[in-house]
Amino acid sequence: MSTLRALAKAQALAAGVAQPVATVRHLHLSPRPLVLVSLAMAGEANAPLAALVGAAPDDARLLIVPQPRNRDQRFAFAAELAGIVLPYLDSFRGVSEAVAVDRGRDVRHRYVDAPQLLVPNPAGVTFLRLFGRSTRFRRPDGEYPVHPAVPLLGRWLTFFAERAEHPGSSALLAMTEALTLHWATGQSAVEDLHLPAVLGWLDPPPGLDGARAAARAEDPACCPPAGPATDPEFDNRVLAPAVAAYADAADDEAARRSAYAELERVLRGQLTPTWELMWRGVGLLAALPPGARVEGRWAGDRDAFTAHAEHVDAGGGPQPRRDGAVAAAVRLHRLERAGTSYAVQRAYDDPLVMAEHRLTGEAFVGDVTLADPRRVDDTGKRPVLRPRIQVVTTEPVAVPVGATLYSPARPGQKAKVVFLTPAADGKTEVVLELSGGMGRGLTAPPGTVPEVGERLCLTTLSDAFLPAGAFPAPEETPWTHGGPPAAAPAPADPVPAGHAPVGPGSDGDPSEEWA
Amino acid sequence: MTSTAQRLAEIRGDVPPRRHNARTIAALTGNPGCARRAVLDSAGVDKPKLAERVGFPARFGQSRFAITRGNAFEAQVKADGGAELLRLVAERLGVDPGGPATWTDLGADDRPGQPGQPGQPDRSARSRAALAAAAPTGVGDDPAALFDHPLLGLDVAGQRVHLEPDLVAARLAGRFHVVEVKSFPVIDGQADPGKVAAAAIQSAVYVLALRELLAAEGHDPERVSSDVLLVCPRDFANQPVASLVDVRKQLLVLRRQLDRMARIDDLLAEVPAGFTAEPAADPADLRRSLLSVPARYAPECLAACELAYFCRHATRAETATLGRPVREALGGVATVAEALALAAGEHAGEPEQAEAAALLRAAARLRADALAGQTA
Repeated sequence: MSTLRALAKAQALAAGVAQPVATVRHLHLSPRPLVLVSLAMAGEANAPLAALVGAAPDDARLLIVPQPRNRDQRFAFAAELAGIVLPYLDSFRGVSEAVAVDRGRDVRHRYVDAPQLLVPNPAGVTFLRLFGRSTRFRRPDGEYPVHPAVPLLGRWLTFFAERAEHPGSSALLAMTEALTLHWATGQSAVEDLHLPAVLGWLDPPPGLDGARAAARAEDPACCPPAGPATDPEFDNRVLAPAVAAYADAADDEAARRSAYAELERVLRGQLTPTWELMWRGVGLLAALPPGARVEGRWAGDRDAFTAHAEHVDAGGGPQPRRDGAVAAAVRLHRLERAGTSYAVQRAYDDPLVMAEHRLTGEAFVGDVTLADPRRVDDTGKRPVLRPRIQVVTTEPVAVPVGATLYSPARPGQKAKVVFLTPAADGKTEVVLELSGGMGRGLTAPPGTVPEVGERLCLTTLSDAFLPAGAFPAPEETPWTHGGPPAAAPAPADPVPAGHAPVGPGSDGDPSEEWA
Repeated sequence: MTSTAQRLAEIRGDVPPRRHNARTIAALTGNPGCARRAVLDSAGVDKPKLAERVGFPARFGQSRFAITRGNAFEAQVKADGGAELLRLVAERLGVDPGGPATWTDLGADDRPGQPGQPGQPDRSARSRAALAAAAPTGVGDDPAALFDHPLLGLDVAGQRVHLEPDLVAARLAGRFHVVEVKSFPVIDGQADPGKVAAAAIQSAVYVLALRELLAAEGHDPERVSSDVLLVCPRDFANQPVASLVDVRKQLLVLRRQLDRMARIDDLLAEVPAGFTAEPAADPADLRRSLLSVPARYAPECLAACELAYFCRHATRAETATLGRPVREALGGVATVAEALALAAGEHAGEPEQAEAAALLRAAARLRADALAGQTA
């Protein structure tokens, strides 16, 4: 928690309404995101109970599982969900664009748009991850066959859940996190996990302040939880009798139909308030202008979507239960790089985020008071253009002489600190030597060197390309990390008929025992 | 009746003390610095009722579906005289059970609602006798033995608390192991960390009680292993899988808190004379009374303490109510109003707040600048 954010929280509490902590939107918002509000059965291992799914506010489709402990119904739900999700994904696979790679020597294609999934809270992301895990190894053949779309859905949900861990990705977003990235509420992080309470602070109903609206949103009787966990009172008083009525109806077609309709009614009642909150959240986010670097990060999501679609098309297997040592190290490295770059890009895009870094001394803002744009350094083998500028700032400068600074206004340019001189009134004079971003000649093109009078933000944060680390091939995994993975059976090995791979080690698990 | 017990009885009012169970004892370790909670828990006050009376009812409901599923899984695991359970436990511990185990259900003949309930003291004595007689010798050649539903005792704040765990004490490889059956899943070797933590601290309560029992009977308490076994469903199916959890850390925390509650006199010395928490009292009096004993509310209380909503409301204006990280980031300033006043430069604050005040002023200036769009 930065002091600036903490201060915003204190201000929100005093003002009775959430306060902005961003001036631009730091995530991509699709014009037609797929909103997914789901409920799980209490006590079960991620058993779906119901879901409200759709890509427009007036296009909510309700899916329910009348008997969540019934295996067939669970996979029927998965097939039904696949019937909505997979066509939605396919709708983004129409047009692709060519992207130059390897310094223009090669070209690859990526889709010009990509799908975006929105869920209410981080628990909703976990629900999709586990639902992906429970479906991606299923098979359309064998002992417990499922609809062929079920394992495919599982692989896509797993893809989205993995993407959600990637800092800066907008492929799968939890609404509570998307909102609190841009606004500070007057409540704690624990309470911020509750979507109705967050929106209570953001957009309190007339006559209520944020604290009261949030407190009211905590009462499940007037505001059902945003899932996937249900309200125990609802379970005991409403759902249990409705599920029992459906089970009791057995073969009585009319009774079963009416019991099903009743289940639909009560579950829709629990889901609809959250559905409406989701679209209100989308509206609030859409009102913010996007940050300059959001588009670039979304291109990363489009790349990932394209790559996974191609992997699936090429008959690639489902994601493993657990990554091998090398794959895990590569993934961790990628996430760390993305995390660093995301933090820098948000600061570059948003002065309110940069202010957090100014407070900790990683950045300062000052006025250019002197500039020598024609200065050439000829001490080396050949002369190079090295303009110098002097910046005067009232802020504390916590960087040493020799440090390299960057300015969001000219991200390609480096500024080396040459002198630091304390001046009157607690000001500091900083002399900087510039390199890069000024063309190849000995004269800087206009606008590439800051002019006297320009207000400049300088920071140690760099948005420069971070080179990828080098990792061994999986078959060269060092012994410190368990050594090379045991030789997998050659894919050509035919599985003897009737001998589906079963057992703890198998990824298939098709004969998983069911309650 | 000692003066302490008398004092606690006065606080509690004209009702019997509420019974502790492993869950409530485990919850005691959650916020050990909270005096309000320590006093109420020591007195055995009916906190859910109290919370309702002061207008902030707790929300700790349990779904019928979760209970049904939990019971079904437990019955499945314990079926056939614990044969499957023994296999799982022995396999996880890497020992050979050496033949089938004996199965003793210490709660068998007086489940609630059955006629002729012999009452707890008898059961307690029976549990004590059976477990003491079976105390492991430590050499490892005792035959495997399983004891279901032992009734254990623990001293909490000077009163004897009886615990009726749904656990199995397994004598295996020369030691007793606490085995808990939980119905949350372990998926690809991973379970919900919050649920594992809660199960671990509960198990630690049982380990402690079991150790005290052995010690009281003249046996070595270390014969009760600090490695407990959690038996949970594997992945999305109903097949049980056993995992080892080391609860040594939880044991330390628990002992520390129980010792603190044993020194309840020190705590009571700070409590004003007329303090009452009798749920039957007038709600306004109750609220006043509760506020006279300091609490240490943190957002984490919401998941653990029945009185949390009341305390949250009472500490609305404090920075810690927004979470400890927020308070720290605000330089440790206690109230929101003071933090905002320091940030606005309305006053310089106390000398020891100089650093915090400077930080807050700088933050407020930067925030205002950025929101006004005056930056590079």
